[in-house]
Amino acid sequence: MSALTTLISEGSLVADHARWPRAIVDAKAWGRAGAALAQNRLTLLALWGEADIVHMALLEAESAEVGVISLECPKGGFPSVSRHHPPALRLERTIHDLFGLKPRGPLDDRPWLDHGHWDKRYPLRDRPAAPSAPSPYAFLPSDGESLHQIAVGPVHAGIIEPGHFRFTANGEAVVRLEERLGYAHKGIESLMAGAELDRAAQLAGRVSGDSTVAYQFAFARAAEATLGASAPPRAAWLRGLMAELERLANHLGDIGAICNDASFSLLHAHCGVLREQVLRAADFAFGHRLMRDRIVPGGVAADLSAEGITAIRAVTAEIGRKFPELVEVYDNTASLQDRTVSTGVLKPELAMQFGAGGYVGRASGRNFDVRRALPYAPYDCLSFEVPVLSEGDVNARVWIRIREVEQSISLVEQILARLPGGPVRAEVASGAVRREGMALVEGFRGDVLVWVRVGAKEKVERCHLRDPSWFQWPLLEAAVEGNIVADFPLCNKSFNCSYSGHDL
Amino acid sequence: MRKLLFEGLIRHPLTERPPSPGAAAADELAATLGNAARRRLGRSLSIRVVDAGSCNGCELEMHALNNAFYDIERFGIRFVASPRHADVLLVTGPVTKNMREALERTYQATPDPKWIVAIGDCALDGGCFAGSYAVIGGVSAVVPVDLHIPGCPPPPAEILRGLLALLEQVSVQPHAR
Repeated sequence: MSALTTLISEGSLVADHARWPRAIVDAKAWGRAGAALAQNRLTLLALWGEADIVHMALLEAESAEVGVISLECPKGGFPSVSRHHPPALRLERTIHDLFGLKPRGPLDDRPWLDHGHWDKRYPLRDRPAAPSAPSPYAFLPSDGESLHQIAVGPVHAGIIEPGHFRFTANGEAVVRLEERLGYAHKGIESLMAGAELDRAAQLAGRVSGDSTVAYQFAFARAAEATLGASAPPRAAWLRGLMAELERLANHLGDIGAICNDASFSLLHAHCGVLREQVLRAADFAFGHRLMRDRIVPGGVAADLSAEGITAIRAVTAEIGRKFPELVEVYDNTASLQDRTVSTGVLKPELAMQFGAGGYVGRASGRNFDVRRALPYAPYDCLSFEVPVLSEGDVNARVWIRIREVEQSISLVEQILARLPGGPVRAEVASGAVRREGMALVEGFRGDVLVWVRVGAKEKVERCHLRDPSWFQWPLLEAAVEGNIVADFPLCNKSFNCSYSGHDL
Repeated sequence: MRKLLFEGLIRHPLTERPPSPGAAAADELAATLGNAARRRLGRSLSIRVVDAGSCNGCELEMHALNNAFYDIERFGIRFVASPRHADVLLVTGPVTKNMREALERTYQATPDPKWIVAIGDCALDGGCFAGSYAVIGGVSAVVPVDLHIPGCPPPPAEILRGLLALLEQVSVQPHAR
């Protein structure tokens, strides 16, 4: 029996947790899960809290099994997972900030999202505590000769989201980078509690603007699992179409922006034109450039017309014509390759340990893509490849994106060629009370996880949304070490982690 | 690469005609812009963007203003790296409590005359995030706002329309009005 199956079978199974099992376990089993994570036998998918319980979503990669274990915390604490498995660290700090549940024996007990500016402490508790006075944040020390610090943000020089980077450098070489995030924390999970499904879907689509399709896709699938409903076939295929258009637009934008950060603006300009053409086709076909609020529980809000299909076909044909030439320029420009090859290397062991998703993981040898590993409609009927490289540098992360652009074009063409007919929206109301569901969807950045519990009158009781960036941000710190300060923008862009998706 | 560059010489530019400045935006601005400011700025605006907690949707559309279709720099509008160089602060997001101080300090670091343009539905009043413990709700609750461009997010053409209205207002000769 697999490690995950054993864990789940030893706990007490929770009824009505849809798509994958959830079991309530004791502290011993919780500790064993931590040990299995530390030995890479399991991958941490998510770790989140509620008023008096903590949940951990786990993946067993070999058997593609997923499960959730939960530990009740009657005394307001739980055994730290990060003590054995560092990827859990920021998630535990967040659980403490939001619920006041204290991890026992963590490596780091500084606050994470709570900067001391809210009018209450532990805001997601039933009874929050009085606010504490803001105290200065203690950055991790670096000892050595001739070190200096560079503080960047939260307001950055470009058109970027807010976050703080503290570099410790020796001359030009970065000795340590420490991120401080949480500036974009909007309290989305508190707004989710008590929200009706429509409003909750709207909030999910505003967690991270560049992944609005992926989030609403994941939320809709989680909600449908919860209510025992499913989207009609045509709606599922249209969701896949939107997800691939979103991936195309973001990858094209990223490839150009990475080149721009190496001062090669030619490719930035050409990729920017292709990205704009994708967004315009999306606007024409679905009525919104980012396709926001187009995926809803039960299906999609807008059907695709014949003219829409023509517009999307035109843009994929245009990318098919133009993109290979741009790739050739990227591959054959020595000054550009000089900046991207061997810069910002992320070691495969770290990518594996952190369960890094998306191009960050796949450029460092982690062969995982939800569309392939845990297939969902329409990807279970489509043929595509998942590119994987092992170099782990900026160049590899560019190449993964290049290959994924090609795959997405093929997927869009397959979807348009085989798009089934029929309705695009189904009823989701079930009348069932208090059921739970989880869904994983592959966004352009990696796997987006949504867990939801729906109570009476189809109102959300608790919803947790986990951005892939949670397991990518810490790796950026590792990848930058030993690089020069001037290469940080390049490394950062090649990761392109979400601030808002992480801060929530 | 040579082929790509040669093609660029013979192909028509992709850049499109600008939208007309929004009438509503022009009215809103007329009240806020002084003659002295118009004289000083001429036909150029330097913009510093402050993301005060947005979902990043508005930022994506601001980025698009730099692409070949919109080419915002042809109007003398450019994005600058420091508030010290800015005439306009473009502020997005519902203003989270964790970003309040950074927004205030960016505002104070921007020399006069300066204008604040709030972008997106949540920059107006917090939008769908209003009421959260972590959100202040609207840019005007923290710094004075001269123009608001609605949308979730507003498409680049709408942002451009609002900025052109701002530019028209600041560049009108004092005696013409």
